[in-house]
Amino acid sequence: MTTETSSRSMGGAARRPMIELRGVTKTYPGGQTAVNNLSLDIDRGAITVLVGPSGCGKTTTMRMINRMVEPTSGAVLVDGEDIADRKASDLRRSMGYVMQSSGLMPHRTVLDNIATVPRLNGVPRKDARTRASELLEVVGLAPDLGRRYPAQLSGGQQQRVGVARALAADPPILLMDEPFSAVDPVVRQELQEELLRLQRDMAKTIVFVTHDIDEATILGDKVAVLNIGGVLAQYATPEEILRAPASDFVAGFVGRDRGFRHLSFQEGEGVRIHSIQTIEVDRLGDPDAAVTSPWTLAVDAGGRPQGWVPQNRRSAIRSAGDLVPGGSLYRRGDTLRRALDAALSAPSGLGVAVDDEGRVVGSVRAGEILELIEDARVSRGRANYNTAV
Amino acid sequence: MDYTSDNLFAQMGQWLVAPENWSGERGIPMRILEHLGYTGLTMLIALAVAVPIGLYVGHTGKGRVVIVSGIGILRALPTLGMVFLFVLLAGLGLLPPIWALVLLAVPPVLSGVYAGIASVNRDTVDAARAMGMSEAQILFRVEVPNGLPVILGGVRAAVLQVVATVAVVAYINLGGLGVFLVEGTQLRDYGRLFGGAVVIGVVAIAVDLLMALVQKFAVSPGLRAGRAPVRTQDSGRQKAVASAQGGTT
Ligand SMILES: Nc1ncnc2c1ncn2[C@@H]1O[C@H](COP(=O)(O)OP(=O)(O)OP(=O)(O)O)[C@@H](O)[C@H]1O
Ligand SMILES: [Mg+2]
Repeated sequence: MTTETSSRSMGGAARRPMIELRGVTKTYPGGQTAVNNLSLDIDRGAITVLVGPSGCGKTTTMRMINRMVEPTSGAVLVDGEDIADRKASDLRRSMGYVMQSSGLMPHRTVLDNIATVPRLNGVPRKDARTRASELLEVVGLAPDLGRRYPAQLSGGQQQRVGVARALAADPPILLMDEPFSAVDPVVRQELQEELLRLQRDMAKTIVFVTHDIDEATILGDKVAVLNIGGVLAQYATPEEILRAPASDFVAGFVGRDRGFRHLSFQEGEGVRIHSIQTIEVDRLGDPDAAVTSPWTLAVDAGGRPQGWVPQNRRSAIRSAGDLVPGGSLYRRGDTLRRALDAALSAPSGLGVAVDDEGRVVGSVRAGEILELIEDARVSRGRANYNTAV
Repeated sequence: MDYTSDNLFAQMGQWLVAPENWSGERGIPMRILEHLGYTGLTMLIALAVAVPIGLYVGHTGKGRVVIVSGIGILRALPTLGMVFLFVLLAGLGLLPPIWALVLLAVPPVLSGVYAGIASVNRDTVDAARAMGMSEAQILFRVEVPNGLPVILGGVRAAVLQVVATVAVVAYINLGGLGVFLVEGTQLRDYGRLFGGAVVIGVVAIAVDLLMALVQKFAVSPGLRAGRAPVRTQDSGRQKAVASAQGGTT
């Protein structure tokens, strides 16, 4: 499914894929075939995720792009040029590399670590350091961390420095091998969001390796699912991989709740927003402030949701501390997944919809959201198979 | 020398403070200089031999078995015996005993350099290579600075051994602080014998302290920061949990 794409996109130089793997095979000494006849076009300015079970050859594939591993057969082209003809160290300096363990040099300060590649390229130390401290800010670290040594940073901070270092020489390509898998889930999510934010401005060609399908669908513009032995199982947008896995292997790898996860790709624009009764928290202590619907939403002075007041327990609720805690919020325009989650997680069954400033605009209902989902599914079925199954 | 006491320690003290022992061709300062001169020469040759081999083996991993067994054999050689063997084979003069001392100094230097380079985190080296460093840059900008504590530890051990052992060259009339031991024994001058031993000890300690100082300033503070990360506001949350690789796979 990918071999033909290269010939199709041969047209203009601008449309040419940034990286092309052409029938690449890697057999390690000892006979282990890590990657088997893999052909893959990696789009310019996009995030391409390589995902698959442990040992399926993701790292090997990525390391053949910067010649840290030499293919047994086949070719890798970058910008149309066979990388086997380029000096390995020059090629590597044109690609940022981030790995799971930060790989920072313990004996150098954070700033000098970031400045490594510019220094190798002959940039004067002072300029390289100036640029390095700018990058600290870009990756969301305080400038005074620059004088520390890697051992004095937390795991998440080290990964950020690793990203800054990869960006330092402003390479067009970034190779990232499970860069966020050694940090805890909260930090991981932060780093993922940060990467997407950075990528909006940078538009680098990023090859990202992970074994986590969630991370793959969150980050990838395109996802390549690899099977053991380095066989390409599917190469498509994350949405398509969730919606239409190409094989049982992909379906199994994507997991049981793929239908639910696929909702993350569906716009929630059509969700109906109903009006909702609210009460200001300041008035809770006033016994005369009655509530008339079974569930009333308490809001602060700015109109932001604080919690719920069930009608039958109105008299027991005197202050913000007595409120029944709310569920997740649905920001108007978010995905259907968020809308459904808001509705299902609310104790009242009413998902709270808010605007961009976090002010309550109304409620959404699970039943209606499910109808929308069903409609979308039916019309997709028609489009794809000419039938509505 | 005439002592005013029969007590060994008193004699030793008198010998150590007697002004005539602190001047002239045969005085303590001259002997210290000779002693350190031989030590320096021995170390120069040992470093010139062992450092390149250690760097090569540590960086490439080739020849590990050879040097490990080689070091074992060298360590088993008796130094005094080697001094006389070399003198018998090569005749009197400066170099034969120096070679014997070099054989003493090579094993700690070689194993220090090799182990220092080999101990550098493989991910750090891998990342350096992936950033586009040449092999020489990897060796001298990453592996040597990070292996330095171990490397200098080996050199320090070698210097200490040589300083203590150089005394043997006095047996073949080459001077050094060992002269006091030889003369003290021959003349039954125990003040001289033990005084000389004390001077050797003090010189050894002084040299070791100097090496410790060098080590302190040569090694990057980043390597000493070691396992005591500075706590930051958000570090509680950012604890690196290697096992937290959750996900659906
Ligand atoms: N240097 C090597 N020598 C021999 N075999 C290797 C080498 N590196 C990797 N392999 C083998 O090649 C296969 C693919 O390895 P690779 O590291 O590319 O997998 P991966 O998909 O990155 O796995 P993981 O998710 O565990 O990192 C594995 O079976 C592995 O054992
Ligand atoms: Mg891997």
